[in-house]
Parts: sequence; structure tokens; C-alpha cells
Amino acid sequence: MKLKNTLSAAAIGLASIGSHAMAADSAEPIVIPTHNWSSQVVMAYVIGGIFESLGDTVEYVPADSQAVYEAIRIGDVTISHEVWQSTFGASFYNAMAKGGIIDAGTHSAATLEEMGVPQYVIDDNLCPGLPNWEALKNCPEVFATADSEGKGRWLEGPQSWHGDLMPIRLEALGLGDLYTVKFAGGADAIWAELASAKKEGRGIITFNWTPNFTDAEGFAFIEFPAYTDGCRVADGGDGACGSPKGWLKKAANYKFPKTHPAAYSAFSKLDFSSTDIGQMAALVDIDGMSHQDAAAKWLADHEDVWKPFVE
Amino acid sequence: MHRRVPDMGTNFFTKHRKLSQFVILLIAFFALVILVKPNEANVLWRFPSLLASLPGIINDFAENLMFNWFPIQVYDPHIEEYEEVALLREVTRGFSRGVLFMIEFIREVLIGGVKTIVAFTSWEFVRENPWAAWPALPWTVVSGGAVILGYALNGRNLALLAGAATVYISVFGQWHPAMETLSFVLVAAPVSVLLGLLFGILSYKSHAVEVALAPFLNIAQTMPHFSYLVPVTVFFGLGDHAGAIATIIFATPPMIRLTLLGLKKVPVEVVEAGLMNGSNDKQILFKVLVPTARRDILIGVNQVIMQCLAMAVIASFIGAKGLGFNLLLALNQLRIGQALELGICIVLIAVVLDKLSLAYANKQTDYFADLSFAQRHKYALVFAVFFVGCIAVALLGQLIFQDGINYLYLIPHNKGITTELFWQSGVDWMVDNWYAGLQGFNRGLIVNVLQPMKNAYLAMPVSATFLLVMGTGCIIGGIRSALIVGGLLLFIALTEWWDRALITMYMASFSVIISVTFGLIVGSICAQYTFASKAALLACDTLQTFPSFIYLIPVIMLFGVTDTSVLIAVIIYATIPAVRYTIEGIRNVPPSLKEAGMMSGATAFQRWVKIDLPLAFPHIMLGVNQTVIFALFMVIIGAMIGTDDLGQYILKALSDKQGIGNGLMLGLCVAFIGLAVDHLINTWAAQRKNALGLS
Repeated sequence: MKLKNTLSAAAIGLASIGSHAMAADSAEPIVIPTHNWSSQVVMAYVIGGIFESLGDTVEYVPADSQAVYEAIRIGDVTISHEVWQSTFGASFYNAMAKGGIIDAGTHSAATLEEMGVPQYVIDDNLCPGLPNWEALKNCPEVFATADSEGKGRWLEGPQSWHGDLMPIRLEALGLGDLYTVKFAGGADAIWAELASAKKEGRGIITFNWTPNFTDAEGFAFIEFPAYTDGCRVADGGDGACGSPKGWLKKAANYKFPKTHPAAYSAFSKLDFSSTDIGQMAALVDIDGMSHQDAAAKWLADHEDVWKPFVE
Repeated sequence: MHRRVPDMGTNFFTKHRKLSQFVILLIAFFALVILVKPNEANVLWRFPSLLASLPGIINDFAENLMFNWFPIQVYDPHIEEYEEVALLREVTRGFSRGVLFMIEFIREVLIGGVKTIVAFTSWEFVRENPWAAWPALPWTVVSGGAVILGYALNGRNLALLAGAATVYISVFGQWHPAMETLSFVLVAAPVSVLLGLLFGILSYKSHAVEVALAPFLNIAQTMPHFSYLVPVTVFFGLGDHAGAIATIIFATPPMIRLTLLGLKKVPVEVVEAGLMNGSNDKQILFKVLVPTARRDILIGVNQVIMQCLAMAVIASFIGAKGLGFNLLLALNQLRIGQALELGICIVLIAVVLDKLSLAYANKQTDYFADLSFAQRHKYALVFAVFFVGCIAVALLGQLIFQDGINYLYLIPHNKGITTELFWQSGVDWMVDNWYAGLQGFNRGLIVNVLQPMKNAYLAMPVSATFLLVMGTGCIIGGIRSALIVGGLLLFIALTEWWDRALITMYMASFSVIISVTFGLIVGSICAQYTFASKAALLACDTLQTFPSFIYLIPVIMLFGVTDTSVLIAVIIYATIPAVRYTIEGIRNVPPSLKEAGMMSGATAFQRWVKIDLPLAFPHIMLGVNQTVIFALFMVIIGAMIGTDDLGQYILKALSDKQGIGNGLMLGLCVAFIGLAVDHLINTWAAQRKNALGLS
């Protein structure tokens, strides 16, 4: 058995991997989901490349980023490598409560998901005092839109991301008379509004996160009163606080450790920093490479980062 | 020639009986709106949400069915343990594997792979035998095959079309995703056609089947596809097969409808002629009925192909690979130029498949020709020669393009030529130059029209809504109609989403009014000229398969995340059937009547108002009907821009705990709005048809 596997590893032409690690990995493909944003797709191919270097077979399947957790739970998809706390936390824990999905550790990338403004809003001094939130009291008109009835508008993600968190926060901070929340349908709508606002140099407050491709052009998150445990309404607080530093988790189907022990070991050790994620996204969003090429280039250039995961 | 002079007093009411009934109804409606004050406890204002627990029940039922009931022991060799799996899940997963196998098989013939080999051996076998992989066909072979097929079926024009389309797809670097999409359509479309034929024939043979099938067809055609995505993934899993199954659910109903319609139109004499010639049941069906009903069945096939490609993007939400997924990815990067090129590929595949299937069905077998083997198989022989030639060329290419890309074999994804920059700068130019000018319009529309209209809808007491809708039903179709539309609305009113449904109705009715007005005018003008009609119908076909997601982005850039953006997207899409049916209706008005009009000295305008429109009215009403359905669909997709109607909740159901139940219930709410309107319009159109002696 061991000999056979060693032979097959040689046959496929894979180098430098200890055969002991892959001795038990099933030949069934590991199914990696791809969603509709660059860093996630590049990372999917990067992780796929790492698994392939272990001699595993990999398959990519497009999936909706919310519906994917149900699919992992049932076993149609093996892993998810970008579970953002505030956007997918609910879907992830809902699936976990039903059973079948496991928490495979956390990336060290420090994430923040918060309302903010493009850097030029601050550079052009459109609303003096930003990014401190108190500055918002003096310039709602800078952020007014056609349908905001003269108030400033906060462009929030779809309601499925954080429910009424932002409307509650507006009220709690005493900004309710000056600002109103509009729920966008998805990330695409937010990017389209950001691009359009940038052309006009007009003010816009929108929900965004980091690491993200918007980091390259500069995006300033508003500094709200610091998050403390229990400050949110759901936790018994008054809601007058910003977002916590968030986590970026990895999830896997509960059978994955048994079917592909070597791959699972690598996946659980897998840990990307904000810089890594930024580099992956930049190869596509800025250098215009295809996602596969970007992943191949990143793997070739950063062996020092990922080799430790497979050892 | 002696006319009775009636009493003037009764004359108005008897002549305009329905109109006066309607006026009285409106007065009563407004009285209720004024009298009933907003108060959640008042039943006249809002019904209690008695059905609030139904989504949970549906959800539990589906969960139990898939995970708990009828458990069987299944051995999982990978974890070397027995697991309890619900019987139904094993059944649906078996079905999924079958569908997936077909898709993978076609896909691997086109672009290579290992899964087909795996299906007959195992993943271990493939891992240990690297030679066991199927190679991709050179794109020139597929392209040439399409040209030869086009020529064989319908001569030079179709060959040129097929050639141009495949070369476009390849040269623009979209070969790989296009073949992925094609392989999934090549399974979904034939299955939909066969299922459609089967159920169409069954309902023709048995009235009971027809009656039993009717509600399912109605709901499947009006329910937004977003709402059954989660149930499909739970029942069938995630992947190309799930996409294909969702597509089949979406594409089969029109095929059933049109098959039944076609069969019902077959004259009795034709069947009798068949019987007299001694045909048995089977021969009657396949040699007499189906060929005679061919026209309608072919419209069904056309619809299936259009629907399949229209689903290409939505199907990628649940795992279909190919153009749709790449399109979403491009849009998320705001690469509208790339998305547009992908969208054109989808349209091209739709057009080529449609023309090929049409040509195939219209090809007559020549039973009397006495041909040699070479003559009978000349196209196959040409293809065989071509096949060998292309592979030789591809191998030659290997030598020419030593390190780089072998353009004569496969052009990798996004490595072809691109016009992206051109489109991108076009969009940039548009935003730069139009944005400021459009803001005044946008603000005026929202402040003066949309907000007041939305508030008016929300300020309607539920009793007033029911009075208006059921009263209209009663005037148009009597008590029966009133009960049907009332029942449909009651379902929605008893859920907790009535206010959301009102917002959906506001957006749908606003866009239907604009679309129908625009469609009537443009359709009527185009219908006057043969060339303009053809061009307009072609534009309709193109727009129907062109993924609407692409124009959502520029629209958001110009109008922001507002109702204006949603409504513009809805109007673009919903105008398609309004134009199409108006053109068809007016062009089908008998020329003799038009001439009679002209001889009586009618001006062009008089002819339009007095002859064209009244005679085309029933057909145009079918167009209005379709406009309503299209508008509802697009309002739901408008949730991707940002709305607060039923669509937003359907989108939210993708991540809900009770996703299956909520999604299906919300889908039913949308379907029931559509069905209520559908019922009223159909009843009215049928009466007009009778009055005009058209039926």
C-alpha cells in the first residue's frame, strides 16, 4: 500500500512530499467552493494547489457564499476557507447547530468589517473631523442621495449580513435624525456605488471590510466608540459601539479529517495574514491576471509561507 | 333599417354596465381607504399572520424527509463506518449522480477530463494511472463540426452563423467556460423537451392528468427561481447537476403547455385519416399527432432553449460551472466589458442551438431517394476527414507555439482578444457625462412619483385591497373569478409578509404600466413594416437571453442603490413581451380587414385605433400577461441591487435557518400575485375573443 502510493506520487511527478503524510488520503476529490470575489477565488486555487502538492485530487465548484454552509454540512462541498465573522457568521453557526460542519481554525489576518468612507473623502476634507464618528453630526448633506430625503445615507450590505445592526447603531449614537440606512443587494452594488462616487469625487458612507481590494486605493473606516463585550443590543447593551476586530475562519465537513488526514492537517495549519490575502487579490484586481495564474504565481513566489503548512 | 330609440337614462348604464360597476367599486374602495385607520389590531387594516408558522412546518418536513425519516444504513468506505442516511436522500443523490454523469460525459468529450473514466473505475485508478485522462478536442474540431452540422441541416446561412459564433467564443478566450455551459445545457434542454413532450401527451390523453398538472404548471411558471435554489441544493446537492435540475424545473412548463396546445389544435380529420390507414395508437401519436402539432411544439423547444440559457447565471449560484459563474465574477470586479463578452457568448449559444434544433425538426426525410453509402453519409465523412485534419493542425500548432499557448488547440480562458477596454471606457464616459444630468431626474422621480406611490400602496387597508381585487374579478368573470383571486391574495395576506408583497406590487405595477405603454407604441410602429418587425423580434430574443445582471451595474452607477435602478432594470426586461406580442398580434390581423379600412377612408391613425388594436387585443393581452410575469421575476432579481420587498427576503432565505420553508413560501407569494393577475387578464381576453368571434 505504502509502496503503491509512493509510486503514484512519483508517477504524477510531485516532488518533495513525504509519503507518510499522504498514506491515508482518499483519492476522492476535495471539493473547494468558489464565490464571486477575487481573493476568495485565488485562495481557492492556492489551497487547491497545496492539496495537489500532497497528491490529492481537487475539484472547484461555484457556490453562493451564503448557501455554501448548508452544502458543506451535507458533504457536497468539503471546505470553506474564508468565513467572515459578520457576513457569514450567522450562516456558519446555523449550519453548525444542525451538525456536520466543523471549525477548522482561524486565519491570523486581522479583519475589520465596518462602515467607512473612501480615502479621498478625508483627503479632500469633505467632512472635517472624519474618521472620528462625531464628525458625522456636522455633515449629513455630504452623504445625501436622491432617495434619502435630505438625510445622509449609510449604504449597508444586504439585511442577511447583520440584520438591523446599523439602524440600531444610528439611533443609539443619536444620528437617527441625520442619517438613514439603505440596504444594498450585495457586494456588487456597493462596488458599483463606490466606483461611481469616486468618479464624481462625491461623499459616500458604505459598509466595507479589510483585507479587501479597496485597500489599494485607500479606504478609511469610521472610528466609532470602541466595541466592548455586551455593547450590542443583542448582547444586552445599547448598541452605541463600533464593530469588533473580526475573525476569518476556516470550515470543513466533519468527515474531512478522516477521509483526507494529510490534507486536513495542512488545512488546519493553513493561516494567511492580511498581507497574503492582499497579495492574492492584487494579482487579479490590479495586475489583471486570471485567478488560476495568480494562484500559481503566488504559490511559486511564496513557498516560505505555505511550505510549513504541509510539513 | 329602423332603429329603436332607447330611453337615454338607462342607455348609459346598460351600454356601459361594466364601466359603471367599476366606478361604483372604485368609490367603495376609496371610502374604505379613508375610513379604515392604520391599526394592527383591526382586521380591516391588516389580517393577522395566521400562516406565520407554516414556513417552519415546511422546513421541518423537508429536513425530516432528507435527514431523518426512513433511515437506512449506508457504509461509507472513506471513514470505514456505517451511517444512517434517509432513504429519500439516497434516491435523490442517485438521480443527481445520473444527471451529473451525463453532463460530465458531454463536457469531457468537448474539453477533456477524468470523471467519465472515474465513473467506470475509481479515483484511485486515475491517480495511479496518469494516462487515464480523456484529452480535449481541439476547438477547431468543435467549430468545424458545428459548421458542417449547420450546413447539413439548413445550408450556407446556418453554417456561417454556427461558424461565426464558435470562432467568436474561441477567439475571445471563452472556450472553456462556454463548453462547460454548453454541456450543461445539452443535458438540461433535451430532458426538458422530453419531459415536456411526455407530460404534454399525457395531459392530452387524460383530462385528469391535465387538471392535476395545471396548478403545478401555473406555480412553476410564476415562482421566482431564487426561491427554489435552497430546496434544490438540499435535495440534490451542489454542482452542475443541481443547476441543471433547477433549469429543468424552470424550462419544462412552457414545453408542456405548448405541446398540449399543439395537440389540441390537430383537426379530428387528420387523426381519422390516420386511423383509416390502419395506424395503431403509437403510430397515431408519433406519425400523426406530434408531426401535425409541430409548429407549437417547436415554439416550445425554442422556449426551452431560451429559458435554459437565461438560467445560466442563476444556476451558477448553486454550482453550475461556466459562463454564468465567470460573469458574476467579472461583475464583482466591475469588469463590465468582460461581462458583456460573456453575455454575448450566452446569447450566441442560445441562437445557434435554437436555429440548429429548428432546422433539425424541419428537415424532411426523403423516403424515395436511392443513395449510395457515400451520398448518405457524406457529412459524416466530411467531418471524419475534418476531424483528422484538425488534430493534425493542432499537433502542428504544438510545434509552432513551442512554449506559449497553442492557439490551434485550445485558447485558454481570458487569453484571447478582448474588447473590454472599449466597453469599459464607454461605461466610464457614460458615468462621467450623464451622472450629473440624471440626478435631477432621479431625485424628481423618487420624490414626486415613487415614494408617494409606494406610500399609497402601503396605506391601503387590506379590506380595501380585497374589495378592489375581488370586485374587479367579479365584474370581469363573475363570482368564480372573485373567489379565485381572493383566495390567492388571502394566502399572502395571512403570511407575515403582506407589507413586503405590497411593495413588490408597487414596483411591478409601476413597471408594467411603463412597459406596456412603451411596448404598445413601439410594437405598433414596428408592426407596420416587415423589416422593422423582424429586427424588433430579433432584439427581443437577444434581450431575453442576455443576462440582465450585466446592465444592473451601469444602472447602479448612474442611479445608485435606489428604486429607480431596480425599476429601470425591470422595465428593460418586461418590455420584451409587450413589444413581441403587440407586433405578433397586429401582424396577424387579416390584411383584408386592413384593406377594408383603407377603402372606407380610414387614416393610418384611425386604422390603428379602430381595427389593429381591437382585433389584436386578445393577443396583446397575453403580452400584458407575460409582461406582468417578467416584471415580477425582475423585481425579485432587483433584490440584488437592494430592495425591501419580497425579493430581499427570498435572497435572505439563502442563509436563513428556515431557508427551505421561507424561500418556498415567499416564492408562492410572488407566484400568487402573478396568478391572480394572470387569471383576470386571461378571463378578460377570452371574453374579448368571443366577442370578436376570434375563437
